[in-house]
Amino acid sequence: MLQGHLPACGCLTAAILALGSYQPFFNASSQELMRPSLNPEGRQASDIVLLNRWSVRNYQVQRGDVVSLISPKDPQQKIIKRVIALEGDIVKTRGYKNRHVKIPGGHFWIEGDHYGHSFDSNNFGPVSLGLLHARATHIIWPPQRWQKIYPTLPKGHRLLPSANDSSMDEDNE
Amino acid sequence: MIKNIISKSLGFIGYTIQYGCIAHCAFEYIGELVVCSGPSMEPTIQNHDVVFSERLSCHLYCIEKGDIVIAKNPSDPKMNICKRVIGLEGDKVCTSSSSDIFKTHTYVPKGHIWLEGDNIKNSTDSRSYGPVPYALIRGRVCFKVWPFHNAGTFGKSPNERVPRNV
Repeated sequence: MLQGHLPACGCLTAAILALGSYQPFFNASSQELMRPSLNPEGRQASDIVLLNRWSVRNYQVQRGDVVSLISPKDPQQKIIKRVIALEGDIVKTRGYKNRHVKIPGGHFWIEGDHYGHSFDSNNFGPVSLGLLHARATHIIWPPQRWQKIYPTLPKGHRLLPSANDSSMDEDNE
Repeated sequence: MIKNIISKSLGFIGYTIQYGCIAHCAFEYIGELVVCSGPSMEPTIQNHDVVFSERLSCHLYCIEKGDIVIAKNPSDPKMNICKRVIGLEGDKVCTSSSSDIFKTHTYVPKGHIWLEGDNIKNSTDSRSYGPVPYALIRGRVCFKVWPFHNAGTFGKSPNERVPRNV
């Protein structure tokens, strides 16, 4: 009797794993935090984004990616933010206890696009890469907001150029 | 004849995928065997010991003080660490070593835990990299599988580092 059920269980788990690679994400509480790129002003309903879990299996992210991660303050909640800096970068912070922070190894710095209303690295500091959950690739709902999300650093970001930048070398010469 | 071989191969592949998925779900949600390396948990867990870690406590958020857990290394997410939970969120933990004259304390922030290895003198743990976010925990170690003569469940920490409940 069990033999009859096993293939069904197997198919179900296969389907869950396949869908797990791409997941729709809907989070009403973080509506404020990523305006205007997600949930532009005046909308009643929240955007739904598509998350790609497969692309972050090796914890490879670029600066400017919009990612979802587990909140360091509440392990039961996931948050969506933009990656501003990776390990080794120096960030000028807004409202953090130190003015400048060098991101330690295995960590990254995230910020919400809506400065002032965002609960992000300016509150809790650099975040461990192990908390990374997925990368947001597309906005899929509502249909008029269908678009691909590109990795761009927001204007006015406070990432300092690293010592390896060619522009810095030209200044020194 | 060819049709027979193809249908048998497809059947075999189908079964492999199904059982593979079930095995993956078992490792992800129930438990897994882990080979531990390093001296940081001696004498409780020696180098090359095999332990069984269960995932349910981690998914149900019932990790307690004094538990031994496997967690992702905060400085390198591809590596795992095996340490004992000394403090949960809100607890006061001692950050100075036993040889210091003046003891310093800190409170574990919300959503984090404080981990220390049983081998106090030879362990890189929360005393160097600070409190670890709860979500980095992968599982709770429940019993040792290898070597057989030492197999069984684990007792309390050999150090007096786990604070008693006030």
